[in-house]
Amino acid sequence: MSEARPMSTMARVNVGLAARYRKERRFKFFGLAAIVASLMFLALLLASITAKGYTAFRQTEILLDIHLDPAVLDVNNLATANYAALVRDSVQALFPRVENRQDKRIVAKLASTGAAYQVQDMVMNKPELIGSVKSVWVLADDEVDMFIKGHIPRNVPESERRISDQQAAWIDQLTAAGRLQLAFNTTFFKAGDSREPELAGIRGAAMGSFFTLIVTLVLSFPIGVAAAVYLEEFAPKNRWTDLIEVNINNLAAIPSIVFGLLGLAVFLNFMNLPRSASLVGGLVLTLMTLPTIIIASRASLKSVPPSIREAALGVGASQVQTIVHHVLPLAMPGMMTGAIIGMARALGETAPLLMIGMVAFIVDVPHGFSDPATVLPVQIYLWADSPERAFVERTSAAIMVLLLLLLAMNAAAVFLRNKFERRW
Amino acid sequence: MQRNEAIRPSIDGTHMSSAPLITLVLILSSLAYWLGRRRAFALARRPSAGKLHSRPGYYGVLTGLWCGLPALVIVAVWQMAADPLLTRMAMDGVAAAKGVVNPDQINLLVNDMRNLVAGNVVAHEVDPLIQAAADRYLGLQRISNLALATAALTAALVGAYLILARIRPALRARNQVERVIEIILTLCSTFAVFITIGIVLSVLFESIRFFQQIPLADFLFGLKWSPQMAIRADQAGSSGSFGAIPVLTGTFLISGIAMAIAVPFGLMSAIYLSEYAGSTFRATVKPLLEILAGVPTVVYGFFAALVVAPAIRDLGALTGLPVASESALAAGLVMGIMIIPFVSSLSDDVINAVPQSLRDGSYGLGATKSETIKLVILPAALPGIVGSILLAVSRAIGETMIVVMAAGLAANLTFNPLQAVTTVTVQIVTLLVGDQEFDSPKTLAAFALGMLLFVVTLALNVIALYVVRKYREEYE
Repeated sequence: MSEARPMSTMARVNVGLAARYRKERRFKFFGLAAIVASLMFLALLLASITAKGYTAFRQTEILLDIHLDPAVLDVNNLATANYAALVRDSVQALFPRVENRQDKRIVAKLASTGAAYQVQDMVMNKPELIGSVKSVWVLADDEVDMFIKGHIPRNVPESERRISDQQAAWIDQLTAAGRLQLAFNTTFFKAGDSREPELAGIRGAAMGSFFTLIVTLVLSFPIGVAAAVYLEEFAPKNRWTDLIEVNINNLAAIPSIVFGLLGLAVFLNFMNLPRSASLVGGLVLTLMTLPTIIIASRASLKSVPPSIREAALGVGASQVQTIVHHVLPLAMPGMMTGAIIGMARALGETAPLLMIGMVAFIVDVPHGFSDPATVLPVQIYLWADSPERAFVERTSAAIMVLLLLLLAMNAAAVFLRNKFERRW
Repeated sequence: MQRNEAIRPSIDGTHMSSAPLITLVLILSSLAYWLGRRRAFALARRPSAGKLHSRPGYYGVLTGLWCGLPALVIVAVWQMAADPLLTRMAMDGVAAAKGVVNPDQINLLVNDMRNLVAGNVVAHEVDPLIQAAADRYLGLQRISNLALATAALTAALVGAYLILARIRPALRARNQVERVIEIILTLCSTFAVFITIGIVLSVLFESIRFFQQIPLADFLFGLKWSPQMAIRADQAGSSGSFGAIPVLTGTFLISGIAMAIAVPFGLMSAIYLSEYAGSTFRATVKPLLEILAGVPTVVYGFFAALVVAPAIRDLGALTGLPVASESALAAGLVMGIMIIPFVSSLSDDVINAVPQSLRDGSYGLGATKSETIKLVILPAALPGIVGSILLAVSRAIGETMIVVMAAGLAANLTFNPLQAVTTVTVQIVTLLVGDQEFDSPKTLAAFALGMLLFVVTLALNVIALYVVRKYREEYE
């Protein structure tokens, strides 16, 4: 028995087994690592935006003792009085030792230009205040705000920051005197856009988004459901309906910016609809969301079991009656879920709206469908482009608001699905 | 830069004026519904009349439809046709009187008139001829609105009366109503086709006008892209060059980087989720991954421009590599992250569709899980995976906001991911945002690029959908 026995199959398997198990573990680890990495990206994204944005919900204010001088404020002409001068004088009064003209001008800039409007509102609401000295918290300039919040660091050379040592000393003086405070930033939720970060708010964009989404919902939901009902319940199987199906699937995958080109060419240049209006924005987004809603509605109709239809037809209902009385009510939760998801996507959409002029700088809050408007994502894009440091914070805050809205919509969709979904 | 864009409201008043009319028609139509229903009930109570064919509500609906639909159609058609017609009537002879033949200049005159009509402040002196035309327009518009109201209301009343007079027990109201409903449903379903036709036509027309000025070959094979044109004929400036190759290279470079991130991460996630993960893990992780897909692209753009691009630049400075602040890498990386859930959920479906018997056979032969995946499941699912990757590529090519915010504007012909490149979508946005002159090749170039984008993504989608469908049929 000198020759070696041939290896048994088991032995040959066992030789490579350890290596194969190692490979198996490595492969499984890669899979898990991919998921963990993706989730880390998500966490990083959300964390960095929250870290940048949460400070925007508070805004620095300065306590000023404003002498409402009757010489400046004429009771009959309150709308045009020089409120800016009042604010300037009262800021300068806080620093009596500053004599130099140029320094005085810099001191006056510690308060926001919006402070004048604050004083104006106050006086116009209560004209009897004229002649008194009133202590008011007014908005501070955005750079003071950034300095207080620590976004402009002290420990860099003076030439590299927007606040000089002198200004920093003044701000410290105010802080020491208790004349600076961080208060909840109501302007951010009440105002439209502005070139001054401390006066800029998301109200205008939020209303624009609201009007745009209303148009989108009112048009795309009925049309989408009707199209889905036809395709699912009535359509004969022929080349025409095949073409429609292929079309819908392709439309869902066309880049959104192409819809913007369509809107520009058809709605603006051909139909002469108003530029920048939420009406046109809604029309463009309708075209975009329609495929989503049709596909979701069809899936929802498909999930209604045929026995329901057969029972209704069996007791003598017509096809339309079967659908309206039985199939649609059962499919409605699914359709609504699809509509909400479609609306959420429309709410986050930016690119096509850039094409139809919704990027204009619009200060006023829109009040109707044909007013020039912008929407939340476009506002984010505009602010992200602005050089002021304070806009970074506001952009992040606007993103947080947008993400919260989207989260709420998606939660509503999930809730609807869980509450009304029936498994047959 | 975009903030300086002037708002030019071109509201001409005609669009909103029909709202009260439409409301009135709707009120009439509900009234007609009520009348029709009442008449049907009255008939039903009369013993001599016999049994009604349909339930009384259907007679009401039929009356309401005949009252409302024709009137609304009249309003819609009138609204579309009235404005160009009125403009032509108002401007009749103005161009000839001013000795203008060039269509562009005629358009300018028409715009002046429109501005006057809308009550906008016109910067320059108002031409008396144009002022007269504007007055004429307003007069004609008043007549037109009156005529429209009369026509629509007459149609509504006549329609309602015709049906009311015809209501008999034998009238097959339900069948007629259902017929109308079916027609409306059919029309709604053809909407999708109209959208596609609209896209093709609008992009095609402008592109044709572009190619009349710039030869097609220059556009497709030119190596230089700099669309800055002299706007006026006498202005000094570059003549502009429209070679799409650098733009396309940039697009493919960024999409390539994105796919290099999205495909491995997405595919491995899908494999883990469908083959290894337990049901609770799957149920928690899948929605979390979907959040990545739900985040608006403008947020990714902000993230790329503010967090990722500076990080990459700093990293480059540390290692001594020259990195542009708007590097293709930053945009591509973030775009890749955005597409991960897209790849993973599509591949997940595809992998799940592979029949269990294939897995069982492989395990039975003694293969480990990873060997089964690599040697059996992936080859079986390959067509579907390729399809989902193609769909993801088309997503990456058409993605706009990330690149607008994080990629460059200058069209560099380079494959270096550390340099700034531009993409098709960035160029479309920069060419079309802001003040435009509608006939310059600069603006039209955006539509040519749009057509290129449309054709490429459409081709990718069609191929992908075909591949996926073929693959599904194989296992069903």
